[in-house]
Amino acid sequence: MKGYRKYFLNKLLWFLVTFVFAFILNFTLPRLMPGDPVAAIVSRLAQGLSDATGVQAIYQQYADLFGTNKPILEQFFIYMKNVARGDFGFSFSQYPRTVADALKSSIFWTICLQFPAIIVGWLIGNTLGALAAYLKGGFDKVLMPVSIFISNFPAFGMAVILMVIFGVTLEWFPTSGGYGFDLIPNFSWGFIWSVIVHYQLPFWSIVLISIGGQAIGMRSMSIYELNADYVRYARFMGIKDRKIVGYVFRNAMLPQVTGLALSIGTMVSGALVAEIIFSYPGLGFTLYNGVMGQDYPLISASALIITVMVLSANFIIEILYGIIDPRIKAAQAD
Amino acid sequence: MKHTIQQVFHSGKFVVGFSIFVAILLTVIVYPLIITDPPLEIIGQGTFFEPGIYVNVYDSIGSPHYTLNLDDAAAKRIANKLGDEDRLAIKEWLMADGIPEDEIDIKNTEKVLDQWVNNYDPAQKIAGMTNAKRNYFVRLNNSLKGLLSTEGVSIAVKNAETGDLEETGVVAQSDYVNINQVPNVRMLLLGTDNFGRDVLTELVKATGVSLQIGFVAGITATLIGLTLGLLSGYIGGLVDDFIMFITNLFTVIPPIVLLILISFSIGQEQRGAFTIAVVIGFTSWVWTARAVRAQVVSLRNRDHVNLSKLSGHSIVHIILTDILPYIASYVVMALILQIASGILAEAALSILGLGPRTTEVPTLGLMMNWAMIYQAQILGKWWAYFPVIITIALITFSMNLMNTGLDQVFNPALRE
Repeated sequence: MKGYRKYFLNKLLWFLVTFVFAFILNFTLPRLMPGDPVAAIVSRLAQGLSDATGVQAIYQQYADLFGTNKPILEQFFIYMKNVARGDFGFSFSQYPRTVADALKSSIFWTICLQFPAIIVGWLIGNTLGALAAYLKGGFDKVLMPVSIFISNFPAFGMAVILMVIFGVTLEWFPTSGGYGFDLIPNFSWGFIWSVIVHYQLPFWSIVLISIGGQAIGMRSMSIYELNADYVRYARFMGIKDRKIVGYVFRNAMLPQVTGLALSIGTMVSGALVAEIIFSYPGLGFTLYNGVMGQDYPLISASALIITVMVLSANFIIEILYGIIDPRIKAAQAD
Repeated sequence: MKHTIQQVFHSGKFVVGFSIFVAILLTVIVYPLIITDPPLEIIGQGTFFEPGIYVNVYDSIGSPHYTLNLDDAAAKRIANKLGDEDRLAIKEWLMADGIPEDEIDIKNTEKVLDQWVNNYDPAQKIAGMTNAKRNYFVRLNNSLKGLLSTEGVSIAVKNAETGDLEETGVVAQSDYVNINQVPNVRMLLLGTDNFGRDVLTELVKATGVSLQIGFVAGITATLIGLTLGLLSGYIGGLVDDFIMFITNLFTVIPPIVLLILISFSIGQEQRGAFTIAVVIGFTSWVWTARAVRAQVVSLRNRDHVNLSKLSGHSIVHIILTDILPYIASYVVMALILQIASGILAEAALSILGLGPRTTEVPTLGLMMNWAMIYQAQILGKWWAYFPVIITIALITFSMNLMNTGLDQVFNPALRE
């Protein structure tokens, strides 16, 4: 147990360090943007206002509100304090809505969409890859090129094609939104059904793009394990094939778990694009709106939340990995 | 070297990937030589013209006319004009008139028109039919009468003095022009996009630009990754710790977030294709750095390297002659993958609205972005987005095939 605690603390420390680093990047990068975002808003608001002092007053008011007229270090501490309270300031493009308010619901949608989709894609991909390695022959010959092709397929391409086939041509599923635009969120059957129907296309497009890469990885891991010495030895010992296959896949799975931790960032980026294509009310779409509206508090906050989500997912996977793989415990105990 | 290349070209996967890639590259190079139209010229007035051959109507009237007596010409003309909706309406009326459903075949234009002409009577009142519907049938009948006429169309010119129309010629229904004799014919194999630009010409140009972006991004990423990996692996110690710390940080922070933040920070004006490529390169060197480091660490204490050290060679010399050749195959493979992912990253960024903001050159991502903004996918304008998706998929697919092929050549454990 001591070894495991050390592993856990190590990972936790690493999580915190990356978080701080990401936080600083998040703060600084958007503020390097040339041009004054407050001036942009004011010029939009003050159109038709000929009174120069009036424009000046509006500018001053907004600059105070967003804190952009203070030195950058002070802005950073204000930002840090505010973020700790869950206050990301006002959204530029949706003023007077706060960023926290704009993001609150989208986090929920994103987690509900991406988490299950990535897990399902990972499971299906690994199963297919393992089957390809074990069955070989025709199955492998078909599955491999298809997997390579799919894993290279751009995420938005998959989303668009699913949308055109199932949404536009067959009209099985709606093409945009998280629920019917004529509905108000509530707990009636009509609403839940609408959510389920809207869920399908984004979900499957994310699943499909994550299958390919996982299948390829699992296949080569399984082939490697199937040729390992312990498999030959077990065969000589006359151990049943099924039992050997069980061992092989357990061993091949382990690197795939780490693989998931490492590729989750890429997967999330694909999923964000899928959200944009389907106008799904998640973080990706909010981010897109932020970009379109030149809304840096919104972009910064969404980027921060996406990073935190990916970092946490990573952390959780690594903790699970530590539990699954006994070698970790042994290595840390030394 | 020669032997290695021979071996590489024996790998089926590599050859397939390489052929696709060379075909794309050749198209990008050769196409502009043959078709010299500027790729971003707006030629269509209106959005999303369908793919096809566009023949100038004015010129075809002026071209020599030939009479061809083709039996099915009239039927084809009518079939083309008679929409599905009209056909269903005709069926509805005929059925209401008492003709059994199995005798009506709305696909058979000739028969259905025959039935219509014989049975339709505007004065007849059908029970339960609204006035609007009845008027619709009257209009339909009138338009069909126009279709069924066998007379030609007169061409008239306005007299400059009196303003009267004077007939200058008649185009008969059996008149044809030879398309080779019409001076103005424009082939739009993939139609036009939302701005009225020729999609095919634009696509070829965009593919070229995207490939350049991919190359710049890939080379940037590989150079950074290679340098950091070599330093970290060969020097070790504090340098190694520091570089690995940075590398690990960038491994977990999703590259898309960095890309978004950086390209947003650059601002719209400075965001050219080249800048975007470099930014992509700066956010994707992590994997190369890690892998190069791992290989260098295992090479560092090999006998030949130690021998080189004992002979007093400099670090640069050792790295260049004793280490680089061993990891060269890996670096080339990584470069190929980086190019592919660079092209994908540009496309994803452009869809987010953060792609290169240029009006002079198209990129695959920007084409996709415009198609999405104008809802080509909802409107069924497949030529605006589908060729783009396929091109991107083909490029990345060919590069990954090459990579897998190389992997099998240089990594004997993976050979089948």
